[in-house]
Amino acid sequence: MAKMRNMFDEIASNKRQSMIVLIMFFVFSSLVFAIATLLIVSIRSRFDTDKTISSFLFFYPFVVFAIVCYLIYFLTKGDKMILQMTGAKEVSRNHYPHLFHSVEGLSIAAGLKSTPKCYVIEDSALNAFATGFKPEKSYVVVTTGLIKKLSRQEIEGVLAHELAHIKNQDIKLMLYIAGLLGVFTLLGTMCYYMTFFSRSSSKDGDQYKIVTFILWILFALIAPFFTMLFKLYMSRKREYLADATGAMFTRYPKGLASALEKIKNDPDPLVDKANKATAHLFISTPFRKKKFFANAFSTHPPIDERIDRLNHM
Amino acid sequence: MFINIKEIIRFGDIMDLGIGAIIGIVAVVIFLFIIILYNGLIRLRNQVKNSLAQIDVQLKRRSDLIPNLVNTVKGYAKHEKELLENITKARSSMMHAKTVSQKAKSNDALSGALKSLFAVSENYPDLKSNTNFLQLQEEITGTENKISYARQHYNDMVMMFNTKIQTFPNSIFANILSFKEEESFEATEQERKNVKVEF
Repeated sequence: MAKMRNMFDEIASNKRQSMIVLIMFFVFSSLVFAIATLLIVSIRSRFDTDKTISSFLFFYPFVVFAIVCYLIYFLTKGDKMILQMTGAKEVSRNHYPHLFHSVEGLSIAAGLKSTPKCYVIEDSALNAFATGFKPEKSYVVVTTGLIKKLSRQEIEGVLAHELAHIKNQDIKLMLYIAGLLGVFTLLGTMCYYMTFFSRSSSKDGDQYKIVTFILWILFALIAPFFTMLFKLYMSRKREYLADATGAMFTRYPKGLASALEKIKNDPDPLVDKANKATAHLFISTPFRKKKFFANAFSTHPPIDERIDRLNHM
Repeated sequence: MFINIKEIIRFGDIMDLGIGAIIGIVAVVIFLFIIILYNGLIRLRNQVKNSLAQIDVQLKRRSDLIPNLVNTVKGYAKHEKELLENITKARSSMMHAKTVSQKAKSNDALSGALKSLFAVSENYPDLKSNTNFLQLQEEITGTENKISYARQHYNDMVMMFNTKIQTFPNSIFANILSFKEEESFEATEQERKNVKVEF
């Protein structure tokens, strides 16, 4: 049962909590890298004879930096990839005038410098998402099913939610977290191979494997686990934030609340066009809900709770 | 020449050092706070200015559409001369409005006059089937919506800015740094009473 909280309070408290958790996670990640660096530095001197190991250990910080740069570069091209993956097609103002008018008007209410491009997915399921790393170059995608089955105010509620994601730069945030997760996984894989599949040239060189084993546990198991939890927590938090921010744009939270009711009862939420990597972008979880319970491992908050909060704004 | 450390560093000196350090740290913290506050206020104030400019863009767009509308309607609705004159008058006062509350007042007047015109146009089937009129009506109505959204956004920014300079401890520094409250986009109570649109 949600208490009476107006949209401005929701937004303020959500941003505060996100910031606190973000700082905690930053500290956690720094600790992980610090522990790893300490371990590596402590054994480096013993392996001057083993060229492969010592060069890996020496270049380790540069490797991390290079991976991060590469990921960021690669992923800045990736925002249009999801458009292709889901089969979204750009539409013209003539075919969807209401959609364009709504998106334009809401962009002004959001204070966006330019209107996002409108895309449509031909599917009877009710769903929508937004993508784009910069608010100036972003995309709003809606299914044809959603346009047909929802009323004008409900569609505007959904569009406002998506524009809120763009305005709050949630896509960029989730991207950075995913990037960090990728870095951990990559380093973990390297340590795995160094522990179990490499051979040292010096006679007691195998001792380094203890260190790489610990590093493997750290990078491949501990760090990704907490990063996943953090990623899912932030995803859920930002969904609530987008609900509240979108309500602020339309000044009509019931529009989105009633749209979510209809989406909740939709039998087919777009399973075939989404996968685990893209699930968090959609307005409502694109997987079937039969055995799906909302908990620490879901990308979206429970839909009933979202509707409740909206109705109490 | 044995130098006794105990004589060089006396307890009082350590106390002075300690107090000096504390004062230094507090000064640095306050200084940083002021910088962060100042930058935040500059950013918010620029957002306020920017969103006001957006309102102006939509207001101008509507103003530009009106002469065409008046001319189109003139031909069909000869009895509505007074209504058209009201629109022209309201448009003129809109274009001369300088302050935020002047703009708000003229905007209310002009919106009201346009609404009456579109309502009355229902009585003129010839006018209603004129494609030029229909197109203008669609565009003006769309622009009115955008003016609404732009106003809402401007008022939201003004609220955020005003709240930030009014809350403690920001209020202490906001005054010194000469940040003044911004005006929200609405006609004052008195002006609202004065608005009269005659039909």
